[in-house]
Amino acid sequence: MSRFSSLLALVMVAVLAGCGRPEFSDAEKQTVASLALSKLPPLKPDTTNRFAEVPAAAALGSTLFFDTGMSGGGTVSCSTCHKIDRQFQDDLPQAVGVGRTNRRTMPLAGVAHDPWFFWDGRRDSLWAQALTPLENPLEQAGNRAAFAHYIKARFGERYERIFGPLPDLSGVPANANPLGTDAERAAWNAMPEAQAEEVNRVFANIGKAIAAFERSIAPPQTRFDRFATDLAVGAEPQGDAVFSPEEILGLKLFIGKANCVTCHNGPRFTDGSFHNTGVPPVAGLPPDRGRVDAVAQVEADPFNCFGTFRDGDASACRELRFMVKAGPELIRGYKTPSLRGAATRPPYMHAGQFSSLDEVVAHYSKAPASVEGVSEIHPLQLSDRERAALVAFLKTLAE
Amino acid sequence: MASLWRYLLGGFGLAALLAGVLAVVYLTAPHAPQPSSDVGRSRTTANKLFVATFEPEKGVIRQGELESWLLTLKTVEGAPVEGAAITISGGMPQHKHGLPTSPQATDYLGEGRYRIDGVKFTMSGWWQLHFAISAAAGSDTVVFNVVL
Repeated sequence: MSRFSSLLALVMVAVLAGCGRPEFSDAEKQTVASLALSKLPPLKPDTTNRFAEVPAAAALGSTLFFDTGMSGGGTVSCSTCHKIDRQFQDDLPQAVGVGRTNRRTMPLAGVAHDPWFFWDGRRDSLWAQALTPLENPLEQAGNRAAFAHYIKARFGERYERIFGPLPDLSGVPANANPLGTDAERAAWNAMPEAQAEEVNRVFANIGKAIAAFERSIAPPQTRFDRFATDLAVGAEPQGDAVFSPEEILGLKLFIGKANCVTCHNGPRFTDGSFHNTGVPPVAGLPPDRGRVDAVAQVEADPFNCFGTFRDGDASACRELRFMVKAGPELIRGYKTPSLRGAATRPPYMHAGQFSSLDEVVAHYSKAPASVEGVSEIHPLQLSDRERAALVAFLKTLAE
Repeated sequence: MASLWRYLLGGFGLAALLAGVLAVVYLTAPHAPQPSSDVGRSRTTANKLFVATFEPEKGVIRQGELESWLLTLKTVEGAPVEGAAITISGGMPQHKHGLPTSPQATDYLGEGRYRIDGVKFTMSGWWQLHFAISAAAGSDTVVFNVVL
């Protein structure tokens, strides 16, 4: 009997030791490694913006980003919604500039890695994106002619050192815009074509300066990255890199049964693409069909990659050239957001539909049908414990 | 000693029972569509008009990157197929969605080789690419499986 007891004890010890160590299969280890921040490739050069790597352009862009003078009423800047101490977002369900918009402010860490911008990808470069809120009446509510005058009066010397001589603006109306109010549109249409082109050029350069600044906003290392690095080299995690059993369960679900990693992949936890996941619309907001309506907008944008304000050649325009232009799956398709830092920036989804990660995970577990189009996700039947574990894991991406 | 053997025998019995139950569960469980086992880079088209070879131009597949691939078309006798009109579609059968981009045949490189540009695989898993090919010999289709 004593031999049997000792055999039993040995088996028990082996089983318990096995439980205490996180066991990851080789395939799981490979997936975890692919998510580590160290796997983020260096930013690709943006040949459509020849000022992208010019420090003086980034410095001017940073000034403009925080300058409330860059708005119609002088009260709103990019940083009103993209708050520097809040991961460059505003914690609101829908952004509030001059008015309330219909979309959640996106954080900016690593944004320059994206192929498409905004939740629906209605712009195809970071510099073209930066121009859009400047003229949106609900955001910065400015107009192109006024921005050109403002740049000349306030930053003329800095501008010219980077971009060359400013055009003669003496004949340019104080307020004129091809989008704007009736009066602004009339003033714009009355401008000679060459003059409008010159104003557009100054406007495009504003975007290029802001984009040069935004390229420097990078995601920070997290507890997950320290854990992933240790797992990859087979080292025992130390200090805060040690994951609790709940966090390990959450990670395993994330890359396994819960299928999160299908779209939230790579070191930024996003595939950069658009998906209908059945997120419900918000009552009271204008109709929002996501990617399907953005295709025409990016094609019509005079500042897109095919436009005359692109630097370099059209070989940089492959995303736009090979864009999917039609198809039922574009309906209510929204960009997969990065999950880095997400745990500390509720609310979630493109219009702040969910106020907590618990609600987000519950949505993906239940997978309700989409109000329009077809949701790509399927019910997961996650237990309470599994849902809590996923949330625990997501928090490791924000610590 | 006798009791030890009894325990071991009991253990084996339980293990065998568990294996049996698992086998029944596994064999009767509904199966999701599985990636085709044929991930070969060379295939004969559906009506056997052409032999098509599809491979990444740079030799490796990088997830999330916009890549160009090469489609090489030969007749079954091995002659290069020139002047083919090629359209591409596809998607992920298990996720019921199409391709994230619209790849196109952009260049003819000679010897039956066509550059298929704008290919992007945004997710890991099973992808299918369908080619509709029209040439002097007729029209045919071929499907390639790519598993990442």
